[in-house]
Amino acid sequence: MELVIAIAIGLLFGSGIWLILRPRTFQVIIGLMLMSYAVNLFIFVMGRLAIDKAPLTLAPGAPNPGDYADPLSQALVLTAIVIGFATTALYLVIMIGARGLTGTDHVDGEESEE
Amino acid sequence: MTLSALIIAPFIGSLVAACLPANARNREAWLAGAIALAGLLFTGWLFMQADPGEVLYERIAWVPALGLEFVLRLDGLAWVFAMLVQGIGLLVVLYARYYMSPADPVPRFFSFLLAFMGSMLGVVLSGNLVQLVVFWELTSLTSFLLIGYWHHRADARRGARMAFTVTATGGLCLLAGVLLLGHMVGSYDLDAVLAARELIITHELYLPALILIALGALTKSAQFPFHFWLPHAMAAPTPVSSYLHSATMVKAGVFLLMRLWPALAGTEAWTWIIAGAGTCTLLLGAFAAIFQRDMKGLLAYSTISHLGLITTLLGIGTPLAVVAALFHTLNHATFKASLFMAVGIIDHETGTRDMRILRGLYRQMPYTATLAIVASGAMAGVPLLNGFLSKEMFFAETLLVGGDSNWWMSYAALAVGVFGVIYSLRFIAVFFGKPDQPLPREPHEPPRWMRFPVELLVLTCLVVGVVPAISIEPILHQGVVAILGEATPQYDLAVWHGFNLPLLMSFLALVLGAWSYQLLRRRFNLRQREQAPLIHRFSGAQAYENTMLAISRAADFMLRHLGTRRLQPQLLAMTLALLLVPALLVGMLPGLLAPAPHPADAFFVMLWVAGGACALAAAWQAKYQRLAALALAGGTGIVTCITFLWLSAPDLALTQLMVETVTTILILLGLRWLPPRLRDAGPAAAPPWPVRLRRSRDMLLALGGGLGLALLSYAVMVRPMPDSIASFFLEKARSEGGGSNAVNVLLVDFRGFDTMGEITVLAIVALTVYALLRRFRPAAESIAIPAQQANPVDAATRQPPAEQANSGYLQVAGIYMRLLLPFMGITAAYFFLRGHNLPGGGFVAGLIFSVAIIVQYMLAGATWVEDRLHLRPHRWLGYGLCIACATGLGAWAFGYPFLTSHTAHVELPLLGELHLPSAFFFDLGVFATVVGCTMLILVALAHQSTRSHRLPEKADPAREAR
Repeated sequence: MELVIAIAIGLLFGSGIWLILRPRTFQVIIGLMLMSYAVNLFIFVMGRLAIDKAPLTLAPGAPNPGDYADPLSQALVLTAIVIGFATTALYLVIMIGARGLTGTDHVDGEESEE
Repeated sequence: MTLSALIIAPFIGSLVAACLPANARNREAWLAGAIALAGLLFTGWLFMQADPGEVLYERIAWVPALGLEFVLRLDGLAWVFAMLVQGIGLLVVLYARYYMSPADPVPRFFSFLLAFMGSMLGVVLSGNLVQLVVFWELTSLTSFLLIGYWHHRADARRGARMAFTVTATGGLCLLAGVLLLGHMVGSYDLDAVLAARELIITHELYLPALILIALGALTKSAQFPFHFWLPHAMAAPTPVSSYLHSATMVKAGVFLLMRLWPALAGTEAWTWIIAGAGTCTLLLGAFAAIFQRDMKGLLAYSTISHLGLITTLLGIGTPLAVVAALFHTLNHATFKASLFMAVGIIDHETGTRDMRILRGLYRQMPYTATLAIVASGAMAGVPLLNGFLSKEMFFAETLLVGGDSNWWMSYAALAVGVFGVIYSLRFIAVFFGKPDQPLPREPHEPPRWMRFPVELLVLTCLVVGVVPAISIEPILHQGVVAILGEATPQYDLAVWHGFNLPLLMSFLALVLGAWSYQLLRRRFNLRQREQAPLIHRFSGAQAYENTMLAISRAADFMLRHLGTRRLQPQLLAMTLALLLVPALLVGMLPGLLAPAPHPADAFFVMLWVAGGACALAAAWQAKYQRLAALALAGGTGIVTCITFLWLSAPDLALTQLMVETVTTILILLGLRWLPPRLRDAGPAAAPPWPVRLRRSRDMLLALGGGLGLALLSYAVMVRPMPDSIASFFLEKARSEGGGSNAVNVLLVDFRGFDTMGEITVLAIVALTVYALLRRFRPAAESIAIPAQQANPVDAATRQPPAEQANSGYLQVAGIYMRLLLPFMGITAAYFFLRGHNLPGGGFVAGLIFSVAIIVQYMLAGATWVEDRLHLRPHRWLGYGLCIACATGLGAWAFGYPFLTSHTAHVELPLLGELHLPSAFFFDLGVFATVVGCTMLILVALAHQSTRSHRLPEKADPAREAR
């Protein structure tokens, strides 16, 4: 499992890097989305994989932390997901606004000389 | 309780003065004068009260946890300087009342002047070294503002900038030096530092600290090689020159040397640095002063020379030299301030300060002339005036320096005495002779009260010069004891010490000076000389300008060659750093070959084969096939979401699913305004090699980055989990947070403050998006109705969205969705309510609720929905933030810290016992904020389709030409 997730994270992150280095604004927004998946997963697995562990402390009495999924990394990622949505929205609006004002979808607002 | 009033009053006065009307010269002067006078009387009274040798303190706790306090300390030295600052300040205020023209913006002048007075008193009274440096820089700042007072003049701006650059840079050096000193001693408290002499001078950091502190003091006191700023500072109004640039601010450097004398002085390094700089300054300043043609320029160089004299005395470092230094500081302040004021009067009355033109003023203004002549006598060291006494002490000290064999120091002192006589004669020459050309204005005596400060100062010169023992000695003694303590020498201020070598030197200087002046005037045409011989080539100002130019050139060069406004190189650099820095730091990851603790599941592998393929395909297609890329990225998102579910994180899975939905809708709405990128028609040519090279480089980076992160995650995952704070949250979630969903309890209770910040960020982003869209101008190509909606074959294109959903081809879906709305609302409420114990919570519920509304928008169009449903996202946003904040503040009402959670158990008749934690209300705030944000962003974007758009302005011709 660990290997699969590690490869998945690498794949998503690599695709993201490739896209944010591209010249078109839409490529960059997709790149940022893929990168944020990768980073969210990365933060999430810092709490290690918890397969078939209880996420909720429903049983009465003091819980044994080893039996449960790590809540800390989950809380961090939950925050990251919501903030990620907000930044995507901001980027999107700037992207379409810049396209209107500059007449190009190049990230620099003008076509490069090459 | 009282010392701080001395500092605070001028600053308050400064604020008040700034608010007075522009023509209120009298009120301004009364205000400033009253503050100076009150301060003067108060300082005098304070000292009268205290026992001899007693040091008064005032400590105000600032950051007690860090041991930081604001310390004011009044000892003899501080008292002498405080009296000087306020006394001269009072006279300058009176003088400035008449000097400043009614056309000048007087409030600004007095405001800055008072601020300077406060800062200078702060320097003098500081009992903490860092605090002293802060006030020190404040004096540089106020000096900058005052020099640049007539900011329409280029020379004023230049002089102000130069003075500020030099003194503030020195101030930074001083700060570094003081930090070193504090590091050595372990305290920044002045008393602790002064008591730690042995520790300091044997410490290995002594020399760097000394050099840094000396740099601070020498720049401030205009010592060689930093003296060049002072003549340029003469662009300031004359009261400023008289106050800041002769009597007080330039004395700050000397003051600092005296202040730290007990801790730093007496070593060889001290003597070499301080006395060396002082001697150079002394000679250079006096020599240059002879050849000035501007009266203020002459006085500026003379000031430099006299400051050099004081610095030399401090550098010599014998106790008697310190006495002489302090004595000369006071004497110089009196005669030089009066001379500046006299020059100001001449300038005011005649309209010029050029000594080549000015002649015979004695006839028109005999009083002023007499005063100026007496003050110049003091400057030249004529007996029975105060300058004579301290200069004689200086001569006596220089005789001691070389012992019997080395007389160089004495020759230098004699030379300075001679130069001093020459420039003093040159100065008073303006009063004699016959004018050979008409003056810009016909001069006459100034107003009575404009002359008064000069009279008072000259009278002081005389009194001190004749009866030093009863006039100045008690005051001087206070300062001397404060510096020297037990080492205070026996000294005797008297006019007559019998025939001795110093007296001979004084006499020789007077005679030689008078003779040389005659010689220079007759043979070398001194009156009309443009520049000083020999030394005019070594212009510090020019060196300064060159340095500044070189610095700005270098900055320009760096900006052009290292900076870029283009995004791609920046991202490239960031990615490279992201890759290389951890790689260098970590090196080879340990434990990479450890087996995975969990065996892979075939279905999971399949899942990620799909997810990875989606990501790669999205990366491949994002340039031309935007819709496909979006869908593919969404596919990866769904796989991520399932992964969260698989790995026991239901909350994450829910949130990811909802965010995925909302993001997709959002980008779809945005795509409407992004004109399609079309491939060039014709056969695709192979890309040119630079493009290929760039792509290969990026591909390599992408591979490296992906591989790096994969390795890193694997290396972390195969290690056992160390103890983390996670178990704390798990253990306390139920017992103290009152909920069994640890993630939710963490968000709304344990880390509630984080969440509070997060929803604030959300709100800010939503408002920013809204604001950006209000002035949104879409691309010209995307204003027309899209081709899909303009297809004549499709009957739906002729119907508005509402009609499509109500009676058109979307009727079934429309009715279905409308039926679904309450259920979706209930689902949202359900997820919200159970959030504390089961997966759910404010974030998820808010997103679900938003999706429920958005679906209606998507189907029936904005107009139809908004006719029936008055949803005001701004209010949701505002109320949400208010509820969350009020919940946090509620804890205060019960005496707990912000956002402390409390659980109440309520008995309700029908529902039974209800478990009602205060975090519930906080979560409600989160819910409302999330709904508000999502709706605000999406609806604002959706509304763009119903607006009529203005086209962006025509692009400028330059861009079109390119």
